[in-house]
Amino acid sequence: MGFAYFPHTDEDIKEMSGRIGINSLDELYADVPRDVIYKGDFDIPDGMSEMDIRRKFGEMAGRNTGLTIFAGGGACDHYSPAVISSIISRSEFLTSYTPYQAEVSQGTLRYIFEFQTMMAGLTGMDCANASMYDGPTSAAEAVMMSAACSKKKKRVLLSGTLLPQVLDVVRTYARFHGIETSEVPGNGGVSDLPAIGRELQGGDVAGVLVPGINRFGIIEDMEGLAEKVHEAKALLIMYSDPSSLSVIRCPGEWGADIVCGEAQTLGIPLNFGGPYLGFICCRKEYVRKMPGRIVGETVDADGKRCYVLTLQAREQHIRREKATSNICSNQSLMALHATVYLSLMGNSGLKRVNELSYGGAHYLHARLMETGLFADAFPGRPFLKEFAVVPRMPVRELQDVLLKNGYFGALPCGEGIVSFCVTEKRSRSEIDGLVSVIDNSFRQR
Amino acid sequence: MRYYDKLIFELSREGRQGWSLPENRWEERPDELPEGLKRKNSPGLPQVSEPDVVRHYVNLSDMNFGVDTGFYPLGSCTMKYNPKINEEIASIPGFACLHPLQPAETVQGAMEIYTGLAGCLCSLTGMSAFTLNPFAGAHGELTGLMIMRQYHISRGDMKRTKVIVPDSAHGTNPASAAVCGLQVVEVKSTPEGLIDMEDLKPLLDDTVAGIMMTNPNTLGLFEREIKEIASSVHAAGGLLYYDGANMNALLGKVRPGDMGFDIMHLNLHKTFSTPHGGGGPGAGPVGVAAHIAGLLPSPVVRKAEDSDMYEMAENPDGPGRISGFAGNFGVLVKAYVYILTLGKENVKNVGPYSVLAANYVKESLKDMYRLPVNSLCKHEFVFDGLDMDNAGTDESAGCTTLDVAKRLLDYGFHAPTIYFPLLFHQSIMIEPTETESKETLDAFIQAMRAIAREAATQPDLLKSAPHNTPVRRPDETLAATRPVLSWHPGL
Repeated sequence: MGFAYFPHTDEDIKEMSGRIGINSLDELYADVPRDVIYKGDFDIPDGMSEMDIRRKFGEMAGRNTGLTIFAGGGACDHYSPAVISSIISRSEFLTSYTPYQAEVSQGTLRYIFEFQTMMAGLTGMDCANASMYDGPTSAAEAVMMSAACSKKKKRVLLSGTLLPQVLDVVRTYARFHGIETSEVPGNGGVSDLPAIGRELQGGDVAGVLVPGINRFGIIEDMEGLAEKVHEAKALLIMYSDPSSLSVIRCPGEWGADIVCGEAQTLGIPLNFGGPYLGFICCRKEYVRKMPGRIVGETVDADGKRCYVLTLQAREQHIRREKATSNICSNQSLMALHATVYLSLMGNSGLKRVNELSYGGAHYLHARLMETGLFADAFPGRPFLKEFAVVPRMPVRELQDVLLKNGYFGALPCGEGIVSFCVTEKRSRSEIDGLVSVIDNSFRQR
Repeated sequence: MRYYDKLIFELSREGRQGWSLPENRWEERPDELPEGLKRKNSPGLPQVSEPDVVRHYVNLSDMNFGVDTGFYPLGSCTMKYNPKINEEIASIPGFACLHPLQPAETVQGAMEIYTGLAGCLCSLTGMSAFTLNPFAGAHGELTGLMIMRQYHISRGDMKRTKVIVPDSAHGTNPASAAVCGLQVVEVKSTPEGLIDMEDLKPLLDDTVAGIMMTNPNTLGLFEREIKEIASSVHAAGGLLYYDGANMNALLGKVRPGDMGFDIMHLNLHKTFSTPHGGGGPGAGPVGVAAHIAGLLPSPVVRKAEDSDMYEMAENPDGPGRISGFAGNFGVLVKAYVYILTLGKENVKNVGPYSVLAANYVKESLKDMYRLPVNSLCKHEFVFDGLDMDNAGTDESAGCTTLDVAKRLLDYGFHAPTIYFPLLFHQSIMIEPTETESKETLDAFIQAMRAIAREAATQPDLLKSAPHNTPVRRPDETLAATRPVLSWHPGL
């Protein structure tokens, strides 16, 4: 029986074997010790036809529940325009490798250059790399980068208001890499800037990692922080949501040195957690310490404008054990996704996304407060699309009622605190539906 | 392929838009945020209509070469066919629309895929448990080394901070070790290209955490003494790490677990057919032997204790969390589709067919290219440049590996991996994979032979290649000395 992905006929195999001088394919493994050759059966099913595959995976997809998403927590349900899937499924992009051969990779190199330009513009930094795996790993890399920039200092401060998975991943990397992390607990729902200032006075801090928008959805006010950090000869690293940066003050305007974060918010599907899109941007004086791929502009032998991977002396395949990062790829196709998204949106579309998310989130917040079933977790704190409240009913009961009615929201984000997230995808009737489900289930009791 | 010289920013005109979003009818607007929290300067995004965006990116794609375009014999990268059904299944809304923090009872199908794929990988590798959380091969290496260190730390054996890496290893091996806080000790290769046992043995003391190996190694050669290496490293208290970059050679035939490896990673974007995407997203699952199966990173996906339900849980004994959520799920779906399409019988042919193709190409070219180690190879092999004697050329003509690679582009093939491994000065590393037909391999062989002849008769043709590509050789020195890393108006 043939198989669709193997072009070999018996005749082909015979001719090829003849050229090599073997009589059976087993001889190709003559250099492998006999007792290491696997002779058993694999514990995997018999091969399936394409129709069987569709049926089986359709059934498995059916064992998931599609929900109306009112949750964030580091993954937001933003809209993905139809153009994007059409472009990123083009096989010239999808089935190519890392653009080592620049002459036949100008497509990839050009969109990465565009991506770098857009990310630098959004964050207010001088340059960006070609992307990282996801937000939390980009934060870990940014923390290692700050330590590499300072050479001697090996301590980094982490604001306790960062998303829990960001804190966890940074701590894992730091522990093995030999960086000491000190978490500075939040105060009143935001980073404790005075406490960070006190920690900096020891003079042993290489970097300070704070969120632009924190785990409670609060837009943090970083006034004066960059000055304090720079006085202590440390670097300010901000963890950012790039989607928000068309309306809220960008890390460059706060005086940040390095920016990292999760760019899944640029219309990338939720996908049960991946693939997503991490990124790192920085001021130009630190670019040679930046991890990952970087694309630069140059000219070819005829003087034509073209693009190449550049500054590779930083990278693992050159520096080997002297490298400060081991990353040797990026999330290129996801970077293309974000680049096409931002090309379509432009300044005005991204602003509209934020207006719709802001409007919906503030409407939901007001309606929930009206029910009398919630208290503000941090009254008066400004938020964009995600906010935290204290429910007067047990959290588990609230979640169950929402789930039963097809909603996913009320994500636990602290002791007795839950968060809701509203994007441009949520309509007024969906929001009203969510509120009435809560109202009907808990008010009459 | 043809040259197209625009950047999206250069298509931008004030007043154009490429988006279609609802009107804003909300009363509350971000304008009411405190002034100090609002953005002042423009992010500088382009303003382009939808048709212009589409045409721009289609034009860019036309300057790219993919596996669907033609033969891509890139050594160590396993550029096999990326099945279309994989893509279709991964985009089903029942998978693509799931939030990573949804309660377990609403994502049982997704967890079934996670555990089902992990089970297949265990069977194919002889490992006892897999985490599918790592995002790429290098991320898998780092995760695996964290597990290695965690193993020694959990036994109170704190002095094991050295890891042995062969001089032929991928650059990521020593880099991953360094990021993980381990000191790298290099072990030399013999003239036959295999690990030198005499060099290895004195390195095995009580400070060794383990050894990282690629088998077959980066020369495409099987490390015959693997059992002896395994027992020596184990006797010294170290663990064996298997870099799965070259697993395609062995798939269906030899399992790392049976060779004595304790920890390994796989590259789903190499061995298991998921597309490389121009550099990612990939996936680098990490497998572990039974005695360290409890040391996987958080979160772990498993069957709950008292029910048939799957659950996602923290693992306090592992190294911690290495990813925001549970890996590149969209990539995992594609690899699972591939394995189920192959099935238990066809999977046994993947390794042998890939090894057959590599040896066929090697035997067909070794009279014109220098073959430093003339023996059976696995899925790939390395030439050390043109064979000046047999190709009828001399050193003065001076055609290098770079010239050969660039000339191949003119013939419509992607270039092999070049100048790696570092053991030779003119390395050309060729990996054909099992999905290429004999006709394709023959056409490649003919092109390589033609290029060798050109090197003798028209060396300038090679040195000035490529000639038929959208751009010619880029000035890399200019790019590095005067870095232009983003577009600015008037640039």
